[in-house]
Amino acid sequence: MENTEPLLVIDELAVEFRTDEGVVKAVDGASFTIDRGEIVGVVGESGSGKSVTAMSILGLVKSGRRAGGTIRFRGRDLGELAGKELRTIRGAEIAMIFQDPMTALNPVVTVGKQIVEALRLHDRKLSKDAARDRAIELLALVGMPDAAARFKQYPHEFSGGMRQRAMIAMAIANGPSLLIADEPTTALDVTIQAQVLDLLRVAQQETQAATLLITHDLGVVAELADRVVVMYAGRVVEQGDVTTVFTAPRHPYTVGLLESLPRLDRDVDELHPIPGSPPSLLAPPPGCPFHPRCPLARDRCRTERPELRVVGNGTAVHRTACHFAEELAAVPTEVTR
Amino acid sequence: MSDLRPSLDTPEVAAAEEVVAAETTGTAPRSRRRSPAAMAVRRFRRNKIAVFGAVVLLLIVLLAVFAPLIAQQSPTAVDLGEIRQPPSSEHWLGTDASGRDVFARVVYAARVSLLVGIVAALLAVLFGTIVGAVAGLFGGWLDTVLMRTADMMLSFPPIVIIIVLAGILGPSIPILILSIAVTTWPTTARLVRGVTLAVREREYLHAARVAGASRGWLLRKHIVPAAMGQIVVVGTIAVAGAILSEAVLSFLGLGVQPPQASWGNMLNDAQSLTVIQSMPWLWLPPGLAIAATVLSVNFVGDGLRDAVDPRQSGRS
Repeated sequence: MENTEPLLVIDELAVEFRTDEGVVKAVDGASFTIDRGEIVGVVGESGSGKSVTAMSILGLVKSGRRAGGTIRFRGRDLGELAGKELRTIRGAEIAMIFQDPMTALNPVVTVGKQIVEALRLHDRKLSKDAARDRAIELLALVGMPDAAARFKQYPHEFSGGMRQRAMIAMAIANGPSLLIADEPTTALDVTIQAQVLDLLRVAQQETQAATLLITHDLGVVAELADRVVVMYAGRVVEQGDVTTVFTAPRHPYTVGLLESLPRLDRDVDELHPIPGSPPSLLAPPPGCPFHPRCPLARDRCRTERPELRVVGNGTAVHRTACHFAEELAAVPTEVTR
Repeated sequence: MSDLRPSLDTPEVAAAEEVVAAETTGTAPRSRRRSPAAMAVRRFRRNKIAVFGAVVLLLIVLLAVFAPLIAQQSPTAVDLGEIRQPPSSEHWLGTDASGRDVFARVVYAARVSLLVGIVAALLAVLFGTIVGAVAGLFGGWLDTVLMRTADMMLSFPPIVIIIVLAGILGPSIPILILSIAVTTWPTTARLVRGVTLAVREREYLHAARVAGASRGWLLRKHIVPAAMGQIVVVGTIAVAGAILSEAVLSFLGLGVQPPQASWGNMLNDAQSLTVIQSMPWLWLPPGLAIAATVLSVNFVGDGLRDAVDPRQSGRS
């Protein structure tokens, strides 16, 4: 079972938040898997449920409630683990890289000490000297110049890119098999973004860790990911390998996302934003959640919720949740341009 | 170097920034580096009143430690032949109603007062820190129970509680320390809880949790260190309060028992008008000692507060 099942299996995950206005279904039946050593990008607009999904993997959804579904990591149901077992997985087997390296480091503790603590948290027997050496090694690995001197510095003495490097060093410190990167480049300057992406790739190769890359930046996904999962209104609307999904999208939302993107390699006169805005998750529309904004929408979309199904005939598995995916297939050049 | 301006959201960061601005903004790692604690020390040393308080306090502590060397006479030796003698070359501050040397008693009493003050404050701060941090971090019903208990303690007049405790358990130094600690811990608990609530929502705490940290770990590595500066400040103020409480209780006969000397029970003698009017050597020295000690502790406390939080007013 260990060998046949993917590293992480998310099955029909549902997470709800109770608010004064009612129950918000932040994640509403999302399913996808991650294989060992694979980089999976999860894309979607703000509020599509991608971050909540990631936090659910670590069992850290604040004030939210798991309303259904399972998350299995290495064959074990994470929802059934007690606090102590979960803590041995957090940081050691599943590590996270945060969006904002400015706030995710303790401002009054030196960067080196924070890495040392991350190491000693999971290996109490590790001596202080050994942990120190390892931390400096890690800083060097993530491309920190003069790592031994940087070890003794405080976060405020680091630039944004440097801090994100330190965060990545901390995340890979315990050799996790799954890295979750939540918008790892969003808070950074464009010039630094490329460096951090390169670094993520290096870190991934170094640790052989599967990576769950959460972002709203399709460029980042195209750059880094093997597979892509597109989320909309708390549901997975399309998934498949990056090239397939980006060259032949089979969901109108993915098409819309790609069309709204400026491109350097093609001459596009104007961008086409998706009309309307994401639905309120307090009262999601009946049927397909995308139908109010969808150019292909018709009566069936308003009543019947499309399930994720296999499309295309390529070798890579490509799934979409659209009743009329085949119509998109008929006009690929027009919509992807 | 895309960003040299972290947000000014904590005193620590603000303090850290101060140094960046004061020194250099160079990109190369600098050899001279100050930890937040080192910077607090530096700010403290710039505060003249605080340094003065610290020096006076140090003198009083030395007085207490080296009492046998400084006072040549025994603080408890009774000499009924020389009752209530005015100051002389033999008895620098005269003698009391039992013929004991007042100077020796004042010096030895410093030991008792400082012991009670420091131990009671330490106990109160330790307990208050644990209660406050646990209440803040765990929240829920535990928070409610702990903090309502603290509120109840704060709503009783402390002196009454102490008198009742001392009355039931009998007057002695351990009881004195305990009863002072019992009535002062809620202040620390409230403060630490406040800091905990603020730190709890910080992303780095979230990050630590994601890295597999238990609550105990979060308390030890992030929350208590974040509150430490303020804990030291309330601890110092608590020392002053405890010294005053000791004086009050001993004055009332509920604290340190004669023949052992304490500044409070020495003031017992000042209950009569004749003594106040005609024998100032009996009450002036212990009274001045209490005032000097408490004042210098408070100066130090104020200095520490300004040093720990650079945003507080009064900093040059």
